[in-house]
Amino acid sequence: MSLVIQKGTSLRADAMQRLKKNHAAVLGMYLLLLIVLAAVILPFTPLLADPNAQDLLVKNTQPNQQYWFGTDHLGRDIFSRVFYGGRISIAVAVLTTLVAVSIGVIYGAVAGYASNKVDALMMRCVDILYGMPFLVVVILLGKVLENMTAAWAADLVDLFTADTDSDDKINAVRTAIEPLVTMVPLFLAIGALSWLTISRIVRAQVQSIKKLEYIEAARSLGLSHFTILFRHILPNCIGPIIVYTTLTIPGVMLFEAVLSFLGLGLKPPNSSWGVLIKEGADMMLTNPWLLFFPSLFFSLTLLSLNFLGDGLRDALDPKSSKD
Amino acid sequence: MIGKLINRLLQGIVVLFVLYTLTFFLIRALPYGPFQTEKAIPAHVIEKLKTQLGLDQPLHVQYIRPLKNILLEGNLGVSTRLEGRPVNEIMAQAFPVSIHLGIMSMILAILIGLPAGVISAYKKNSMVDYLLMATAMIGLCLPSFVIGPILAEYLGRSKQMFPVMGWDVRQVSTWGLPVFTLSLGYAAYLARLTRSGVLDVLSQDFVRTARAKGVSTVKILVKHCLRGGLIPSAAYIGPAFAGIISGSLVIEAVFQVPGLGRHFIKAIETNDANVIFGIVLLYGALVTLGNIASDFLIAWLNPRSRAQS
Repeated sequence: MSLVIQKGTSLRADAMQRLKKNHAAVLGMYLLLLIVLAAVILPFTPLLADPNAQDLLVKNTQPNQQYWFGTDHLGRDIFSRVFYGGRISIAVAVLTTLVAVSIGVIYGAVAGYASNKVDALMMRCVDILYGMPFLVVVILLGKVLENMTAAWAADLVDLFTADTDSDDKINAVRTAIEPLVTMVPLFLAIGALSWLTISRIVRAQVQSIKKLEYIEAARSLGLSHFTILFRHILPNCIGPIIVYTTLTIPGVMLFEAVLSFLGLGLKPPNSSWGVLIKEGADMMLTNPWLLFFPSLFFSLTLLSLNFLGDGLRDALDPKSSKD
Repeated sequence: MIGKLINRLLQGIVVLFVLYTLTFFLIRALPYGPFQTEKAIPAHVIEKLKTQLGLDQPLHVQYIRPLKNILLEGNLGVSTRLEGRPVNEIMAQAFPVSIHLGIMSMILAILIGLPAGVISAYKKNSMVDYLLMATAMIGLCLPSFVIGPILAEYLGRSKQMFPVMGWDVRQVSTWGLPVFTLSLGYAAYLARLTRSGVLDVLSQDFVRTARAKGVSTVKILVKHCLRGGLIPSAAYIGPAFAGIISGSLVIEAVFQVPGLGRHFIKAIETNDANVIFGIVLLYGALVTLGNIASDFLIAWLNPRSRAQS
């Protein structure tokens, strides 16, 4: 007779197992990986043409063997525009979410850890911000920040080209910097207002954890509040933080696309999926492929993020499971 | 209950006050003034205009003046872009259109989303459920600014089923498409929330008891589960209304709806301060009202939350 020792599974392995059973979430994960890798790597390969190269001889070409996704009214290759645009959309979404999550986690953690009075005051502020018409404030904020970052862009160009007089080089630096800098107001404006939900969730988590005995032990050992909060409490909130980060990204992406669609986000020739969808929508009847391909990739990305986010939520928090 | 209402209204006033302050400073920080035209305006004219609009006065006077006018007289001042047209008049023209679009979309979203969610929960893990939830997922991931142009072009311009421009409250065909497009995403989200809410209640003990007593499934669903199952959806109605209100900016651009949206975007581009104030505060008030309505809906649906407060 042999003794079988059943190995216990850790919470994380358990969650991983549940996630793997969720086919939609796994599919979403792979799809997302594929799109992100394509958008990040393809622009460095010779597979993609210059997204802004115009060739009027082949304008408004239907998708064919040379131009897989067709060309637009200026003869630009949509295939390469979709991936270059995707790179910017994804970058904006990731950076914005980073801004939002950092603010949200720190704010929520401090509010949850602080005394009742401070907590009440901080959460009242969140309530007030919740009552704001987001899009409207973001548009205003974005316009204001746009001006500031344009000045930074000029400064940066000066800084990098201080030792040269050649116009070519200055222009090269400018084209490299400006797309990056035009993204900054977008993600600052959206990020500055998207942290509210995450801060509420982190606060609730911290409040329940700070009552546990090991925190009492940490306090009696004389650890500082900072260490207790950031070393001993926050790491235990990582599950919900990951889940809501995943669920924040699609919202933020949509936001960026809406702004670009309204002509208030990125300016051409810099293109994101939102800009491409706008250009496609304007010529939908004659050149439907201009709308189809950017929308397809945009929607697939949102879809996989939503699937993955739902799956992660169900896996990391079995109680909230929907089935 | 009344105490809570007063409390929430007071909070709403604070929200609007913060919003006003924020907007005031953001407008001041805009990189361009209200007098930018293609033809340069002579300096003395600009001086006159500034005096007339009070822009030559110290900052705190500029801050208090519109606030006083709005609070005491309900007067939003005049637009600088539209050559002195009163903002009240602009709003009176455009607001009914926007609010009609918003409220109709909200109603349609509820009419589609709630039944879909309840059916989906009732037929859990069946073909119907999968189909409904897959549709909801697609509805969430296809943004209104993709669906909108497609509907406008195919059903409007090429099939001529709907007029693509113009707005007449009496004719559904002129506002049907924008309302439908705007409501889709919210209907999808409501369907998902309702499904999970109803499923939560369905798994509780009292439902099993009811079943054991021989109560019919439909009766269990409608009488025992709906009320509790709708709580997550009710909580979402406030944020949804806020989203619809600002989402109408996009829809108005897609369908050329003569609402507040285009005034707002033009006003921002030309630093038309009074119009911006008017629209931002109006949107803020609507969002606040939506949130209050949401709270009271939850309190009505959930007796426990009433006891707590």
